[in-house]
Order: sequence, then structure tokens, then C-alpha cells
Amino acid sequence: MHDPILAVAGVSKTYKGGHRALDTVDLEIRRGEIFALLGPNGAGKTTLISTICGIVTPSSGTITVDGHDAITDFKRARAKIGLVPQELSVDMFETVLATVKFSRRLFGRSGHDAYIEELLRDLSLWDKRSAKIMELSGGMKRRVLIAKALSHEPDILFLDEPTAGVDVSLRRDMWKLIGRLRTRGVTIILTTHYIEEAEEMADRVGVITGGKLLLVEEKTALMAKLGKREMDLALVEPMATIPPDLAEWHLSLENEGHTLRYVFDAQAERTGIPSLLRKLGELGITFKDLETSKSSLEDIFVDLVTERRAA
Amino acid sequence: MNTHGVWAIYRFEMARALRTLWQSLVTPVITTSLYFVVFGGAIGSRMQEVGGVGYGSFIVPGLIMLSLLTQSIGNASIGIYFPKFTGTIFELLSAPVSAMEMVLGYVGAAATKSVVLGLIILATSALFVPLRIEHPLAMVAFLILTSVTFSLFGFIIGVWAKGFEQLNFVPALLVTPLTFLGGAFYSIDMLPQPWRTVSLFNPVVYLVSGFRWSFFGQGDVDVGYSLAFTAGFMALCLGVIAWIFRTGYRLKN
Repeated sequence: MHDPILAVAGVSKTYKGGHRALDTVDLEIRRGEIFALLGPNGAGKTTLISTICGIVTPSSGTITVDGHDAITDFKRARAKIGLVPQELSVDMFETVLATVKFSRRLFGRSGHDAYIEELLRDLSLWDKRSAKIMELSGGMKRRVLIAKALSHEPDILFLDEPTAGVDVSLRRDMWKLIGRLRTRGVTIILTTHYIEEAEEMADRVGVITGGKLLLVEEKTALMAKLGKREMDLALVEPMATIPPDLAEWHLSLENEGHTLRYVFDAQAERTGIPSLLRKLGELGITFKDLETSKSSLEDIFVDLVTERRAA
Repeated sequence: MNTHGVWAIYRFEMARALRTLWQSLVTPVITTSLYFVVFGGAIGSRMQEVGGVGYGSFIVPGLIMLSLLTQSIGNASIGIYFPKFTGTIFELLSAPVSAMEMVLGYVGAAATKSVVLGLIILATSALFVPLRIEHPLAMVAFLILTSVTFSLFGFIIGVWAKGFEQLNFVPALLVTPLTFLGGAFYSIDMLPQPWRTVSLFNPVVYLVSGFRWSFFGQGDVDVGYSLAFTAGFMALCLGVIAWIFRTGYRLKN
């Protein structure tokens, strides 16, 4: 295992009503990585983050932050963490500068005007430093939350749905910011509904559903392992049924018989493509175009969750 | 100890009071002045002295205590309730701030505001009636002790409250009536039996009596009982708050 900055071991959370939000979660986060936690609504993503950050008390298990137990040595553990929550929860009557300075002190750090100025400039908030938060747009409020989370110079940053409800331009800005933070050595854990976000940025991906962590994998390895490729053949003549001679390739007809689709394992030694093309030629089936595509992380995620639900 | 964290909470709460200066300080001063006009002027002029003290002067400790109790509870309860209401409580709970430090920040600020308010009411009263304070140190001690104790109580109410209605419930429907019936405007010796005995079950009697003793050297009950009651209630509040943080009651999910 690489150098873990965060270790979650056997963490479960059962609420009073009996709902088991987390079920024996084990997870290690490597120092300096970007980790994306994926899962459908109610999967336990926010509960897991809240438990690590001290907002929710775990029913069992241990959490260690850079060697500090999150319960018995919570001050040292929490001082290393910054949290950007999903909701825009920020004191609307405060000014940007005051609320960011408040957060820094709350986390036990003395004032550092130069750092705060640099942080606010980095987030394009410096010009708005004297504005009351209620006067800011939703996107700006989210930046304020990020500034507050980074105000005490944490080693780990949790971003719970950081780009939920923000426009495409701001989302791109956020991605750039996350990239810059990573270059400074900040470990980033983000939850997201936007699979493309994880695909764009994450080093590793965790999939959680029903409170259970289904898998943790290198993003590229996951895509290679579980990714499927498709080959679509645009037929010259539409086809009503697939000839029995093509049964071994498990083809499907799409686009009202105009497209013949072959799904294959890109990692397999023999993809079956040459033999399929030869067979098509023998049967006199001609095509005018050929297109291949690979599964996105989203496809993989949907497959995983669907399999889990079916199980 | 996270002194920066405690100071941040304290300063934030004090800044909130300055933002709502009118509501925090001016309103209680005006209200107190009105009490003097009604009780001191209209009624007091027809009342005899109580225990050798003019009626106008007699009601000063009770008036201060009335404001002290309601403001301590109000300030501390809104201080912790508001982050719950707006969702910003996540930051407090995820910060390296212990329960004691959080209470120190919130309760310290609420108690400071109440003490300042008490002193302002005292100064306002001096404009209306002649005042003497026989035990000034005891007066300040009672002022601080009561402010801290009822700020702790307010903190509990702020954690307990699920809505603004509940937030106002205890001060409006419990504390104010108990204060009015707790000898703020009269000596319980003036009550006929069985009401005099019944009054001894009203905890506010002990607060008002002790505070009045520090002014005039006399109270409805022995000052030792007053001190014991206040200290006991403070211990009870501290116990409840310790339980709240241990269980996460209405703070953590």
C-alpha cells in the first residue's frame, strides 16, 4: 500500500430508526491523490464523509487521519481536514473576508493575512472580500465555501458534490482549481454525480451503494478491467433478423436494423473482430461505415450498481 | 486548548450583537425605563417602603434579573440554534474544537452581553431612583454567575429547539412568568399563605433574593440558599451539556 493519509477501518453507521447508512467500510486514501467516491443518491457518500469529518458519530470502526485517531485525537485529526459541504451552508450576513478568517481561527490557526489574500485571489473572491455573502451568486458562494475549507491550509480536502448546480464554465474552473491544489500536495476526496468529473480528475475511484463500498480501483485499471468496447457496423441494407451463422458473436440490431452492434472485451487476447468481418463477407452482408467506442466510467458505474441491485 | 477557535466563536457572537445593537441593548433599556415609569412612578408612588427601601429602588435588582435571565437564555440559545438552522453547524462540528471550547465561546459571549446589559440597566435605574449597593463584589459575582448559568441553560434550549417557536417557548412561557412571580416586583413576605410557601418552589425567588441581598443586605431567603441554588442549577446545566456532546443529541445526526 502507498503512504495512506486517511484510513477507514470497519466503519459502520446505523441510525436510530435502524437504517444502516454505512456497512463495514474499509478505505485507505493515498497521500496526494484525487479520490472520487461514486454512488447513487442515498448510497452513503455524504454519511461517509460526515463520519470522517466528525459530523456523524460512527456506530463502529476506526478512522485514522495522518496517524491521528479521529475520535481519541480528534483535534489533530480534524485540523488536517477541510470540508466543502454539498449544501450552500454559509452565514449570509457575514462578509467574505470575515467568514474566511473565522474559519481559519476556528481550526486553531492564527491570522495570516497574506495567505488569506492569496487564497481569495486564487478563487477570484478578492474583489468581493467586503461583500456580504447574501449578495453573491450561487457559484460565488460555493467558492466561499472552498475558501473557508482551505483557510487553515488542510492536508486533506473533502468536496461533497463540488459542482452540483454550477454552470459548465464554473465547473471547468473548479476542475482547474482542484488540479492546482493537487500540485500543492493536497489530498482530495470528492463525491460526484458527474461521472465525467471523476473520469477527468480522479486517480482512483470508489463505488459505494447501499452503504457498502463495492470496489476501490485505479481509474484507468477499472476502465481497462470493466470497460467494454463496441463496434457498430452501418449496414448498406437493413436487416430484419441476425443470421444464425453469426450467433457466436452475440450481435444485436440497432437503429431499426440499420446498425449491427458487436460488444467485445478490449482486453481479451482475441477480440473476434477479424473472424466476424470475414464471416460477414462470406454471408454477403456489406456495410458502409464502421465505428468503435469504449465504455465510459458512467457505463461501468451503471453496470456495477445494476449488478449489485440484481444480486 | 484551541484558544483561536474559542476566540473566533466569541468574537463572532459579539459581532452579531453589535450588528443587532438596537435589539441587543437599546430595547431592554427602553423596556426597563418603561417599567420604572409604570411600577416606579405610577404604582410606586402609592406604595410604602419595602424593608426600609423605597419601592422604586426595591424593584431594581428584580428588573435587572428579569432582563438578565431572558437575555442570557435568548443570546445563548440563538447563538447555537442559528448555525443549526442555517446548516453552518457542520463547520463547528468538523472543527478541532472540543465541547468545552464551543461552550466557552458561545456561553462566554452570551454571558458577556448579559453582564453588560445588566450594568446598563443598573446605570439607567440610577437615573430614576436612588441606589445603594451594600455588597458590590457580591453584586458583580451574582451578575456573572447568573448570566453564565442562564446562558448555559439557553445553550441547552438552543440545542433542543427544532424551530423558532420552541426557541421562544421557554423564555416566554416559563422564565418570564416565574420571574414576575419570583419577587421581582414585591417581597414574597407580602404574599399571604399558602402562596408564600408555594413561592419558595419558584427557583427565580432565590436568584432575585440573592441579588437583592447584594444591594440592600436583605432578601426573601438566606443568601447561602441563593448561592447554592444558582451553583446547583449551573452544575445541572453543565451536566446536561456534557450529555448533549457525549450523545450528539440534536447536534450530530
